[in-house]
Amino acid sequence: MLTMPKPDEHAFARREELVARLREILPAASVIDSETERRAYDCDAFTMYRQLPLVVALPETVPQVAAVLKLAREMDVKVVPRGAGTSLSGGSMPLEDGILLSMMKFNRVLEIDWENRCAVVQPGVTNLGITKAVEHRGFYYAPDPSSQIACSIGGNVAENSGGVHCLKYGLTTNNLLGIEMVTMEGEVIRLGGKHLDPDGYDLMGVMTGSEGLLGVVTEVTVRILQKPQTARGLLIGFPSVAAGADTVGAIIGAGIIPGGLEMMDRPAILAAEDFCAPGYPRDAESLLICELDGTPSEVDALVDRVSAIARDNGATFLKVSETEEERLGFWAGRKNAFPAVGAIGPDYLCMDGTIPRGRLAEVLTGMQSLAEKHGLRVANVFHAGDGNLHPLILYDANKPGDIEKAEEFGGDILKLCVEVGGVLTGEHGVGVEKRDLMGTMFDETDLKQQQRLKCAFDPTQRLNPGKVFPTLHRCAELGHMHVHRGQVPFPHLPRF
Amino acid sequence: MDPAGQTLHPADEAQLAEAVAAAVASETPVAVAGGGTRSGLGRPVEAGALIDTRGMSGVLFYEPGELVLSARAGTPLAEIVAMLDAEGQELACEPMDFAALSGLDPAEASGTLGGMVAAGVAGPRRIRAGAVRDHVLGFRCVTGRAEPIKSGGRVMKNVTGYDLSKLVTASHGTLCVLTEVTVKVLPKPETQATLVLHGLDDAAAVAALTRASGTPHEGSSFAHVPEGTSPDGIARTAIRLEGPEVSVSARVADMIRDVAGSAETSTLDAGASATFWNDLRDGLPVVAGEGQVWRISVAPTAGPVVMTAIRAAGVPVLAHAYDWAGGLIWLRVEAAGDAHADAIRAAVAAAGGGHATLFRADDDVRRAVPVFQPQPSALAALTARVKHAFDPVRVLNRGRMREDL
Repeated sequence: MLTMPKPDEHAFARREELVARLREILPAASVIDSETERRAYDCDAFTMYRQLPLVVALPETVPQVAAVLKLAREMDVKVVPRGAGTSLSGGSMPLEDGILLSMMKFNRVLEIDWENRCAVVQPGVTNLGITKAVEHRGFYYAPDPSSQIACSIGGNVAENSGGVHCLKYGLTTNNLLGIEMVTMEGEVIRLGGKHLDPDGYDLMGVMTGSEGLLGVVTEVTVRILQKPQTARGLLIGFPSVAAGADTVGAIIGAGIIPGGLEMMDRPAILAAEDFCAPGYPRDAESLLICELDGTPSEVDALVDRVSAIARDNGATFLKVSETEEERLGFWAGRKNAFPAVGAIGPDYLCMDGTIPRGRLAEVLTGMQSLAEKHGLRVANVFHAGDGNLHPLILYDANKPGDIEKAEEFGGDILKLCVEVGGVLTGEHGVGVEKRDLMGTMFDETDLKQQQRLKCAFDPTQRLNPGKVFPTLHRCAELGHMHVHRGQVPFPHLPRF
Repeated sequence: MDPAGQTLHPADEAQLAEAVAAAVASETPVAVAGGGTRSGLGRPVEAGALIDTRGMSGVLFYEPGELVLSARAGTPLAEIVAMLDAEGQELACEPMDFAALSGLDPAEASGTLGGMVAAGVAGPRRIRAGAVRDHVLGFRCVTGRAEPIKSGGRVMKNVTGYDLSKLVTASHGTLCVLTEVTVKVLPKPETQATLVLHGLDDAAAVAALTRASGTPHEGSSFAHVPEGTSPDGIARTAIRLEGPEVSVSARVADMIRDVAGSAETSTLDAGASATFWNDLRDGLPVVAGEGQVWRISVAPTAGPVVMTAIRAAGVPVLAHAYDWAGGLIWLRVEAAGDAHADAIRAAVAAAGGGHATLFRADDDVRRAVPVFQPQPSALAALTARVKHAFDPVRVLNRGRMREDL
């Protein structure tokens, strides 16, 4: 079980004063104090852990955000920034001794600059909301996390969100032009703008995926892209997981970067077919959904090449979309995979790890062994093109010990990902869920350096503590240097 | 950079860590260099010694099917480019070759992979394929605390800890000395062609480029070389299209239909197209010749506005060209003690912001004029704290980006 930093009694004792001071800064409706109303904020989408926030603040303006942060600093209270609360790793899980700073009143599209192909939006605008604002002129915002209907762009920045399209079009970090942020000191800083490339250190790059530990994003400028002229899908079934995995490598090795390249294993295929009947082959051990986009002539040529590659790799089922309706139908099963798996077991834990594509078959086999070891079932849907796995571990929360077993199983899967050269998380973030696994990927020196960076942004560590890093070091102790002259193992090197 | 002291040649990360530890212990700042082709970039470094990274060389792994390559930081970029080329792949961000700008013989001077990341200067395809920072997946380095650390990995999707790959890219060796870098590589497009519109003035050209980049015809680069800069005196507005042969020819036709208007057009075939964009990547049309060189990044539509303001302020412009659909201005001006910095930066600010970097000037000018865009105080203070987190004694490339870093 995860442990959070010991709550600060001092914060509880001064709660009433904190609420009163917040009411001086914010409109009455923007300070949520009652236990009943705070209950709505007791978790994010990582629902295994719940705790009531000390108080919820919903600022409406940038000066209000700055004032809340200044107050938190003055009163020595922690702050957890939050967008739509769809984090799957507990990145926006509230702290019982901290302010939950919800940015959902920042929900306006501020500007669409068609000529410079960018949109300036507030952080509470949903990911899909950006596309909705620009699609009437043929544009869209490329990163498309599965939660795009609900998740906020500010949260996307915090988690460097991806999705099906990011193999070809990049993650959030590759589609940002600028952000405005407020530091824990209450200072407003702009990074980037409508121009390309940062000046000075790429702090926008660091803010992206920093899981709310470095600053609060108050404005986002994103690139918008013209929709490709056409897109066609291929549904390809294989008699083994290895054949599907080999096909993924062969497509990319042939120089083809599909707009989307997704894979499902047999348990997921069956669950999806039972759930919404998208026409998936029930006898296939693995299924690839490959989407090719671009100009019509190019897409037609690529469809032929991918079909040939699939056949060479032993595909037993191959269907190419002829209409837009058919293409969307191919995706229906994949997009509904999570609820579909939810329908075949009482509960599931959605994991998120990334591996080098070439190790796909090996990792899936290893996962089956782990499933037997832990006595739980697992279904797999994943972004095969970029090696981002989403094993769904089925368990029963009402069965004593099942939650713990599912967590252990998940931890073993992630360790396996790291063993084969992968990473702990592709798009869900570390949050609290994977915090204690950080040591499997980084050594103490690596982690200390990352925490020193945190200290540069937030010297007193009030912003979202307890997330991402397993041990909290005080910034003062991280500042020490230990260099001992005369104790060097390379005496032949010249000294100065 | 001409450090008065000695040159160290660490052969591996451990030797490098020792060298940095000694520098920290004696509080002697060191300059860091690979091939030295970018040594004229940034402020001159005042250092007691030089760390030459070229001893840390060699490709560690290259897996074409994975689209990933990892190499030691001192590996010559030319070696990596040749290795990728043999597999039909490339560094899609088109890192700039600084030889021409620095007046070096390109045949003899090769930048290194570490230098590419440290400088972080991408080419014309940046607008579509991303910058150098978008292609760095992970790295190992020795910080200014003499500690070896790693960050990132070898996979494309990764939100495990802070994305330090972005931070070290374009940090000009002021945070750490890179020892290994893992980059994303991409398949080379099957072919390319460039549609050229002739005779447009700056405003009309950038308007055409803006239209072109707003179509679904997937241009990958958009540039304008005006009459005064083009060698034959004919203004060229260029749009590159890349991909399968069948698609490229169709898209050239689509672009002509949707963008050219009444302008006369011609098309550069694959070879001529590659040469045009490689030259532009290295700033060639502008940097050849005497004078100081600026590289200015603004919103695309602001490009011609900035140039008009610069001229109106009386800056003696010798040559200029636009890349990134108007968002990148290459500018060569008559040399001056202040490099016309105030007028140029005022023009950028008035046009909506961005940044101007003094890309080529004598040492004394680069010492006196802020080479990189001056920052507002809160951002400058945060930047200094980030430097401190990695290099508290300021031993690495002291002063290269800013006097106090």
